[in-house]
Amino acid sequence: MADVTFTVDGKQLTAPKGTLLIEACRQAGIEIPAFCYYPGLSLQGACRMCVVRLEKVPKLQTACTTPVAEGMVVTTESPEIAQARKATIELLLGNHPLDCPVCDAGGECELQDMTFKYGAHESKFVEIKQHREEQQWSPVIYFDRPRCILCYRCVRVCGEGMDVWALGIQNRGAGAVIAPNKQDHLECEECGMCIDICPVGALTSGTYRYKTRPWEMTHVSTVCTHCGDGCKTTLGVRRANDGMEIVRGDNRDKSGLNGDFLCIKGRYAFDFANREDRVTQPLVKQANGEFKAVSWEEALDFAGKKLREIRDTRGGKAMGVIGSSRITNEEAYLLQKFARSVLGTNHVDHHRTADYPSFVAALKASQKQEASIADFGTAPAILLLGNDPTEQHPLLAWQIRTNVRNNQARLYAVNHELIKLRRQATSFLQIEQTQYAALVAYLGGNNAALAGNAAAAGFREALRKEESVVIAFGSEYRGRDIEALVALGASFPNVKFACLGDYANSRGAADMGLFPDLLPGYVPVGDPAHFAHEYGAALPAEAGMDIVQMFDAAERGDLAALYVASEDPVTRYGVDPTALKNTFVVVQDMFLTATAKLADVVFPAANLYEKAGTATNTYGDLQLVKKAGDRAGVRSDFELTVRLAGHMGHDLKALVPFGKGVRSDFGQTRGAQSGEADRHAVWLTAHHLEIKTSPFDPFAIFDEIQRLVPAYDVPRLDLLAGNSEHVKSDLVQIQTGASRRDLVLPANDTLFTSGTLGEYSTMLHSVMESKVQNPAETAAD
Amino acid sequence: MAYLTTHPDVVPVVSYRFGKGAVDIDRYIELEGYSSVRKCLEMEPDAIINEMKTSGLRGRGGAGFPTGMKWSFVPKQSAKPKYVLVNGDESEPGTCKDRLIFEYDPHSVIEGTMIAGLAIGAKMGFIYLRGEYRYLINIMEKAVAAAYAKGFLGKGIFGSQHDFDVVVQTGAGAYEVGEESALMESLEGKRGVPRIKPPFPAVVGLYGGPTVINNAETLASVPHIFRIGAAEYAKLGTERNGGTRLFCISGHVEKPGVYELPMGYNLKKMIYEVAGGILGGKKLKAVVPGGSSVPVLLPDEIDIGMDFDQVAKAGSMLGSGGVVVLDESVCMVEFALRTIKFYRHESCGWCIPCREGTDWLQKSLTRLHMGGAVDKDINNIQYIAENMLGRTFCPLGDAAAMPTIGFVKKFRKEFEDHLNGKGCPYHPAADYELATV
Repeated sequence: MADVTFTVDGKQLTAPKGTLLIEACRQAGIEIPAFCYYPGLSLQGACRMCVVRLEKVPKLQTACTTPVAEGMVVTTESPEIAQARKATIELLLGNHPLDCPVCDAGGECELQDMTFKYGAHESKFVEIKQHREEQQWSPVIYFDRPRCILCYRCVRVCGEGMDVWALGIQNRGAGAVIAPNKQDHLECEECGMCIDICPVGALTSGTYRYKTRPWEMTHVSTVCTHCGDGCKTTLGVRRANDGMEIVRGDNRDKSGLNGDFLCIKGRYAFDFANREDRVTQPLVKQANGEFKAVSWEEALDFAGKKLREIRDTRGGKAMGVIGSSRITNEEAYLLQKFARSVLGTNHVDHHRTADYPSFVAALKASQKQEASIADFGTAPAILLLGNDPTEQHPLLAWQIRTNVRNNQARLYAVNHELIKLRRQATSFLQIEQTQYAALVAYLGGNNAALAGNAAAAGFREALRKEESVVIAFGSEYRGRDIEALVALGASFPNVKFACLGDYANSRGAADMGLFPDLLPGYVPVGDPAHFAHEYGAALPAEAGMDIVQMFDAAERGDLAALYVASEDPVTRYGVDPTALKNTFVVVQDMFLTATAKLADVVFPAANLYEKAGTATNTYGDLQLVKKAGDRAGVRSDFELTVRLAGHMGHDLKALVPFGKGVRSDFGQTRGAQSGEADRHAVWLTAHHLEIKTSPFDPFAIFDEIQRLVPAYDVPRLDLLAGNSEHVKSDLVQIQTGASRRDLVLPANDTLFTSGTLGEYSTMLHSVMESKVQNPAETAAD
Repeated sequence: MAYLTTHPDVVPVVSYRFGKGAVDIDRYIELEGYSSVRKCLEMEPDAIINEMKTSGLRGRGGAGFPTGMKWSFVPKQSAKPKYVLVNGDESEPGTCKDRLIFEYDPHSVIEGTMIAGLAIGAKMGFIYLRGEYRYLINIMEKAVAAAYAKGFLGKGIFGSQHDFDVVVQTGAGAYEVGEESALMESLEGKRGVPRIKPPFPAVVGLYGGPTVINNAETLASVPHIFRIGAAEYAKLGTERNGGTRLFCISGHVEKPGVYELPMGYNLKKMIYEVAGGILGGKKLKAVVPGGSSVPVLLPDEIDIGMDFDQVAKAGSMLGSGGVVVLDESVCMVEFALRTIKFYRHESCGWCIPCREGTDWLQKSLTRLHMGGAVDKDINNIQYIAENMLGRTFCPLGDAAAMPTIGFVKKFRKEFEDHLNGKGCPYHPAADYELATV
């Protein structure tokens, strides 16, 4: 699009032809107020706040519906325009109730902001205001019609944005109301987008209503702990008796890779953190089988001595470590380092939700690139094989829908079920559940592979016309199948791939080597390269046991010790509780899960919202995790592992390289922000002075990760600014993942489940849709 | 059943067949019906459009846009199908002319639609009937069916290479869908709220295709233009305001009715001669010349020719030709309130100034009429109306604001007489009807 030149408030600006005037002005730093205009949603021209004066046009025009034109002369602020905006606000405040003292939006209300700016502070209105009772449309969503300014953002975001279409408009004129899809309540995805997008307090959250005021909370933006999308969620925390309570979640900080989007889990399913039944003290199992709360010294001493004794008498080969998909990269890395260099074992594993090793090996072999989540928002064509993003990766679904809607991108989807995203598909192909591998063969030219499928030929023909494609595949693909899939990439001039796994840091757990046969960065244990030097002689060369094998060994009596960090394998893998009767089990977790109940020692662990570090989403986007909540008595998984190692008598400086100069950014940070700490540490080292960073500082381990895992050697500036950095997925050492045992157990979560963690969210269970099969699909009908 | 009133000055062009049984298609044909479209079938589209420009016909719905020029905006080539829409959503208070055309000469609407279709290259026409005109649906649908039966509609109309289909569709009781883009929304099955313009319907209209929308009387006039000749038609009216139009004269007159008179006919003459003067010989107080959306005229302002340009010069608008005559017994505040109640009820609610403004104005005027206002409230009513004018998404906001401003300006004393508890001098307190939503 050619650029046009135009004048705004005397300043000359240029923008591509067709750009909306309001956008062009905003990009040039000229603020134009608007209620109904929202980038990415259809235009309204309804609120009349964005009116501007165009030369030679008799009436004021709305900047949101006016595309820029060559030679246009615009005035955005003048007495006439200020009066027009003031009058619009006065008209709005006519029926708007004076609820500010009790309204949740108070302090973060766009109408308040506009009123302050345009000065409609003295009311001329003495008539009786229209009133309607407040309505509760679901446990999550409240609607106060008197406060509604009918900007229609909620209707549009629910329809165009989420493709749920659960909100509509009824009646007309001043009697118009926003109405839910089921007469008096909503049946929808309960994502809460409508609440966040509402500029006033008409739509409010049932989980937060009347609890506190925005200025009483500290807002922390961190990564959601639920699915593999890695959305940024903003948690509002407030001081409570036993720590910092997370009072609400929303998408106040829209600067994350998720942009405007957040789903019910990211927004509301934080309540597990505030439960009464959290473990907040170390517990030691007594002879009678009951737990007794003891002091930290006693518990650590007991566990440390016992683990050391088992290691010294039976060796690392009798000890196992199970990590989690919801701990940070630093915690996962530290856990496997602890297993390998302290316990001397390769019996390390976690709940695998996707075959990442095969994926990165295939990328390397075919010399293909990985897609980040951002690519799904810009690619002209998307191929989706398996997976139901609406349920399992809602951000991916949002990116695809937005890309199709605003950029006319083309979606090609294949699934054994009629997934909801087929509504956006240029071409949708249904296959049998057993035919995913055959599909890849078919797309590669093997016609016999999908012989009975009448629609297959048309689908393939349409797809082959594409030149630039991003391909996302679900956990239906493992091992060799992934290799074949990635090899398909050769038929497209431009192609990128994404492997869809579950949970907040399943990808991180894999990248950080929580595998019996792989070290961090997918380095095979048999060929440990630089890790041999780093971890010392204790590094065992033979591949260890996976989760299933570990429990089998326990049953035989061959597993003398098991250390489980924030994972519940007994539930997940259906393990017989008696299997661990001859094993010394140490568990750190939030709750007394089935696994924790079998433990000899339980340590109270923090969740992802209560710690700092980094996490990697399933697309390989690395982000900082920030500490939001806090609970007296709990410690991060990182700290617990360090303390355990310390009480085993291990040299903590060898385990965690604290005290070394913190890695600086070598000139990338010229400003005051991120370089400061680095430069100070560098100065201290240069003067032979000890840096007082503690062994519990995960960033010391992050330094080591960046040093030893080439894929993670990315600049820190964007991370520190709260943005994502894509890991360099091609810098791996693994040759092939094909010969590995397939232990992928997909979570198959819906919008209302989140593995074991989701069970502890009362909020997720409170909505009626959580009991319905395929809730998102039903809502759209 | 309504009589058809007349007066020697009446020039029957579009009402030529009224009362002659023209609902029946054979009778219509006897009365030169369907002869104009046959003529146009032999003409080039551009020639048809030129004839329309020569005729000087301007939109009879209210805006008065030159019809020939509107048709010329439709692009010759189009990837999407083109349409002709008949705006039969006659809802402007004071207007009752289109209903007569539907009732007494339905085929003229069909014929006019077909000619428009030939001019712009459309193969389909929709006749959108106001939802309240339920009694007219049968008449229109029967007329359309009769035309199909004779091969005048459908494939190869009149044995030619052209196809043309017509569908009759009703609204569901909203004034706003008389606005052309809201009408298209309604036709497409959506809420009747207007669209962002540009693009204009001639380029992007129904289902995204180029569309011509004309008022029913406008389209019904088209076959008559070809019947009597475009130049002849133009001569009947004034410069740039060709032809005749149906005037709906209502209110305090001896002979209210619909009269077809030449464009530019003097308003005073219309009231005192054609309509027989003020009812019961009372004194004239005010005249609304073109439907409730236009500013009111005082008795000393009515000596003007009723065409678009002359009425505009007098500070009002010809609009839909709905002439409402008010005598000295009318409380202008009550009249203003009754007018605003209409707009408040009909506001589609899309934009803030109209939705909230009409609601606020209704409440304020109700209170004022009942005596609950003080002096600054009159200024406030002025303020609200002035801040609605030109600020709304569609002209309904202007249609509510302009008359209000006119009433307050020209009858301020009457407003002041209601203040400070005095209430309405024309009605005792017991007669009041509370404003209902």
